[in-house]
Amino acid sequence: MDESQIYPRLQEVFESVFDDDSIQVNPALSASDVDGWDSLTHIRLLLTVEKAFHVKFSTSEIGKLQNVGDLVGLIKAKT
Amino acid sequence: MNPLYAELQWLPRPPADFAGRLKASGSAAVPAGDALRQLSHFGLDLNQLTKLGKAVARTRAAGDTLAPLTPFRLAILSNATIDLIVPALAATALRHGIALEVIQPSYDQVPQEALTPDSKVNAAKPDAVLFALDYRALPLKLSVGDSDAAMAALHGALGYLKMLRDGIKANCNAVCIFQSFAAPPEPLFGSLDCALPGTLRFLLNEVNRELATMTRAWGDVLFDVASLAETVGLADWHSPQLWNLGKFAFSDELIPLYCDHIARILAALRGKSRKVLVLDLDNTLWGGVIGDDGLEGIALSQGDARGEAYLAVQRMALDLRNRGIVLAVASKNNDNVAREPFLKHPEMLLKLEHIAVFQANWDDKATNLRAIAEELSLGIDSLVFLDDNPVERGLVRKLLPEVAVPELPEDAACYARTLSAAGYFEAVTFAEEDLKRAGFYQDNARRAGLQKQMGGVDAYLESLDMTITFQPFDATGRARITQLINKSNQYNLTTRRYTEPEVAEAEKAPEVFTLQVRLADMFGDNGMISVVICRPSAESVWEIDTWLMSCRVLGRRVEQMVLRQILERARSAGIRKLAGVYKPTPRNQLVVDHYAKLGFSKISEEASGITHWELLVESADPERAPMKVISQGFESVREGSLT
Repeated sequence: MDESQIYPRLQEVFESVFDDDSIQVNPALSASDVDGWDSLTHIRLLLTVEKAFHVKFSTSEIGKLQNVGDLVGLIKAKT
Repeated sequence: MNPLYAELQWLPRPPADFAGRLKASGSAAVPAGDALRQLSHFGLDLNQLTKLGKAVARTRAAGDTLAPLTPFRLAILSNATIDLIVPALAATALRHGIALEVIQPSYDQVPQEALTPDSKVNAAKPDAVLFALDYRALPLKLSVGDSDAAMAALHGALGYLKMLRDGIKANCNAVCIFQSFAAPPEPLFGSLDCALPGTLRFLLNEVNRELATMTRAWGDVLFDVASLAETVGLADWHSPQLWNLGKFAFSDELIPLYCDHIARILAALRGKSRKVLVLDLDNTLWGGVIGDDGLEGIALSQGDARGEAYLAVQRMALDLRNRGIVLAVASKNNDNVAREPFLKHPEMLLKLEHIAVFQANWDDKATNLRAIAEELSLGIDSLVFLDDNPVERGLVRKLLPEVAVPELPEDAACYARTLSAAGYFEAVTFAEEDLKRAGFYQDNARRAGLQKQMGGVDAYLESLDMTITFQPFDATGRARITQLINKSNQYNLTTRRYTEPEVAEAEKAPEVFTLQVRLADMFGDNGMISVVICRPSAESVWEIDTWLMSCRVLGRRVEQMVLRQILERARSAGIRKLAGVYKPTPRNQLVVDHYAKLGFSKISEEASGITHWELLVESADPERAPMKVISQGFESVREGSLT
């Protein structure tokens, strides 16, 4: 999958995980930008991403993610 | 992962605009508790449950009690991370009529919270405490092959649990709910782990067995997580990745199921378990339609794959009755026809004496369910309704939302399992009297008095998005037309049988007017459901030689729409009068008033019961039903032959 396919689906994932509808996914977006994006929501987000894109992340891969751009790169590599 | 459990498939699928509906629920005219509860009656995933659970918390924080839901305060003690579970649990509890408040202490403080008199949990004085411990919480030392050490480990583990219980009882006296333990699917030997003392599997089996006995003796409650985990599969239940990532005791995908099980227990503690199973008959308790197929035609034998599925449903119903659940019947059939299999079919497991109330008539099912509840002097919320027909299920859910109506899969082989998976009859206590409860209702399969019809059926029919398709007979439809003509017995005015060549003749004869009728709705295509044949009998008169309909679409005003189509074609063929005849048979008493209801005038009645009717085409204007009409393949009946 390339970015143009990944971002729309990722936008849907964010809408299902977070209560705030105004979040717009972009490469620089990270936990510090979003209310309620704590460690538990982060886990719920990653689990939802795994199911939405039919991929599995390893613990070390998860540990390296800093922002949405990193996440998209990881999804791209696996799809 | 088995989707029946992971997706709670006995619940309808969530609407696409669930998030939008949740946002809008705040401004609804109904109390917040009811608005939020309505949103819980779907197979919601973890994210949806989380949104709904947060809405519950916000509503409570704003001072709303969530009436009329029953309040319940539950403390959860766990050695694992429960943060993902807590909001989902509050949302799931709505489904069972409970306004749940969860008291959540700090992570992994189980003995501290239980034993300290002024701990967060004890000070909160909850209604119940759930010990959501997984096997890692137990002080179990493996001692493979050493019976004495194994017994010591077992006693140590049970002693630990008893100590926790005593602490809660002494400090806040809450009801204690203990989870049994799901073994990790990592045996050291394979089969030997089961029998050899001191293996983890051996120890957990022993702990679970003892815990079940002890909780019953103490008057506490067991939440048999071991059995739940086995049902979905230990390998799917346990997730090493999730434990490593954040000390989650089991897979996030099973959180909705886990929450539903807890909610059932809380509902049972508050007396909200269901008490009555109301059964549809055709294609639910047997394969086929008794009115059309007769005793010989319904599928109900051992050794026949289709029949076995329905026997399994009957067996489950009978077993439920034997543990105290009351059985009733709600079927669209003539009463005597519906009772026939119970009285005469050799393979029926259910007999009339097992059925407390037997409602077989042509009223809508919502009206009949209300009659059943009244007859039994039980609340409408005690009922579970099992019906293969999604249209009937939708009607009851719409008009009687308090009734539990499980979604059923396509394959009847899974009906019994789906009913069981839904867990409507969960109980936390059992006594001798429960066994006899079903009998207290004097099972003489009585009929509840006919009720005033419930309103709302018309609006429901409109929401079905029906499309009716009219065509003349053609080669493609010929086989199915012949089948319908020969197997319809109930909704059949003249019961004239045709061979396929005879159907082909009618198809090709230019002066004969034929109709094959199909009906589709939002649940799918019902296929061909009505057949009409009209023949000229005099100048400008059509006699209706054949008019039959599938009983599956009764009550939707298909007959009126069929008559409108006949009239339209009659007008363009210059016909002035329609002549109808009713020929009574032992099976078609249902249609004795068919022509009267459609506005025909009765011309004569013979001694045999045959009646003749007439309708003037010019003035006839039967009421439209809310459906889209497609009419294709027609040419003028007078000109040329239909191909």
